[in-house]
Amino acid sequence: MQVWDHFRHFIVSVVDWFTTSAHWTGSTGIPELLWRQILLSLAVVVGALIIGGGVGLVLGHTGRGGLVAVNAANAARAVPSLALLTLFAILPSISLRWGGFLAAFLALLILAIPPILTNTYVGMREVDADVRDAAKAVGLTGGEILWRVELPLATPVLMAGVRTAAIEVVATSTLAAYVSYSDLGTPIISGLNTNNTVEAFAGAILVALLAAIVAFGLGLVQRALTPLPLRRRLRAAPSVAATPKFVTLH
Amino acid sequence: MGTAQPFFQWSYVSSQWSQIRDDLVQHIALSLLALAIGLAISVPLALLAWRFRVIRFPVFGVASALYIIPSLALFAILGPITGYVASYPTAEFALVGYTLLILIWNTVAGLDAVSAETRDAAKAMGYSPLAALVRVDLPLALPYVFAGLRIAAATVIGLVTVTALIGLGGLGQQITYGFNIDFYTPIIVGLVLSVVLAAVVDLVIVGMQRLAIPWTRSARRARET
Repeated sequence: MQVWDHFRHFIVSVVDWFTTSAHWTGSTGIPELLWRQILLSLAVVVGALIIGGGVGLVLGHTGRGGLVAVNAANAARAVPSLALLTLFAILPSISLRWGGFLAAFLALLILAIPPILTNTYVGMREVDADVRDAAKAVGLTGGEILWRVELPLATPVLMAGVRTAAIEVVATSTLAAYVSYSDLGTPIISGLNTNNTVEAFAGAILVALLAAIVAFGLGLVQRALTPLPLRRRLRAAPSVAATPKFVTLH
Repeated sequence: MGTAQPFFQWSYVSSQWSQIRDDLVQHIALSLLALAIGLAISVPLALLAWRFRVIRFPVFGVASALYIIPSLALFAILGPITGYVASYPTAEFALVGYTLLILIWNTVAGLDAVSAETRDAAKAMGYSPLAALVRVDLPLALPYVFAGLRIAAATVIGLVTVTALIGLGGLGQQITYGFNIDFYTPIIVGLVLSVVLAAVVDLVIVGMQRLAIPWTRSARRARET
């Protein structure tokens, strides 16, 4: 019974936290923190798409640098994001720029580029050589083959990489609150620091919701951007399309 | 610390070596325990999910949720439930949670990749469905399981540092220490040792794979020639 009372009291406190109007207004309010997290994550994913996607397209089209491109994502997994965040946050030339935005942006960018680069490259290389030859035979130039044949066919795998990167970025941008940049991670960090489990829990619920929406939403975008014939083939194959692709055999 | 500090001070490593070593040991303990528990949960669950398609959706659903929820949020959500925020159970639960989707996904993919002919041959030789699953399908899926284990290991070793925010952290403690006193060296120590640890563990897993499934090497060589 006591456990139940404790649990009920906790839930009531969390509901109270959410219904306190002060938590919804001003520079530390939920809308502002949510907006800051979205702004940071979006900037990072777009930047990583331009850099990682661009390099992946070139390497995939020419078929060069495959070893680096394929292993980039796995190597980057081992780099602790907290180390990059803290390092940039105390480098004097970066730490204070744009209210802590730059330090978080750079750290997250380094994490987000590899999965997009690897998936773009793999997607490009998975394009059937016969299709490439056919495109050449009907007179398409190299650039046309890249943009009108290879890229559309590589899009599902590329988007899986964007999705993986975005999930990681949203998760890690929460850690940015620890170093320099306030966002939805802020109530979690401050809650953990002050032993305020209610505040930490409430922030965690918001972050988990945001992560779920991003993962689910990008799954829909991935589907929408997949060319129709490919979509039909993917649907025919038994798989759980809602989750990222992990299989990498060396 | 002044702003003109050198990027790396070897004297820190030599004077603080015992602390660094303790953090490294904790890092290894947290990672290996999470991988072992993750593997022990994932492989049976993947076998079940593969054999009984009805439970595929809930298994992947729960594993996806644990993967998608950011680690820091998971700590804060689990804290009140496990009763003590800064504790091994909280950290391990979250770390294991991250390995599940990767390991289950790859194991199921490996089982899916076993050819129908092989399965028919096992049946023709008199294997019961369960015996075929454990003695034919699972061994053939092992390259995928090992591939998943390598990804899970790299992910967990990177993530352990985040547990520094709930009082554990392994090498993450070097990182938060360096951050708190504006000192590059401990952060770089944490970063480099964590990456080196991931590389060493990766090599160990590859070695285990060679021992466990030597046939994949000869098969690859045969295919290449």
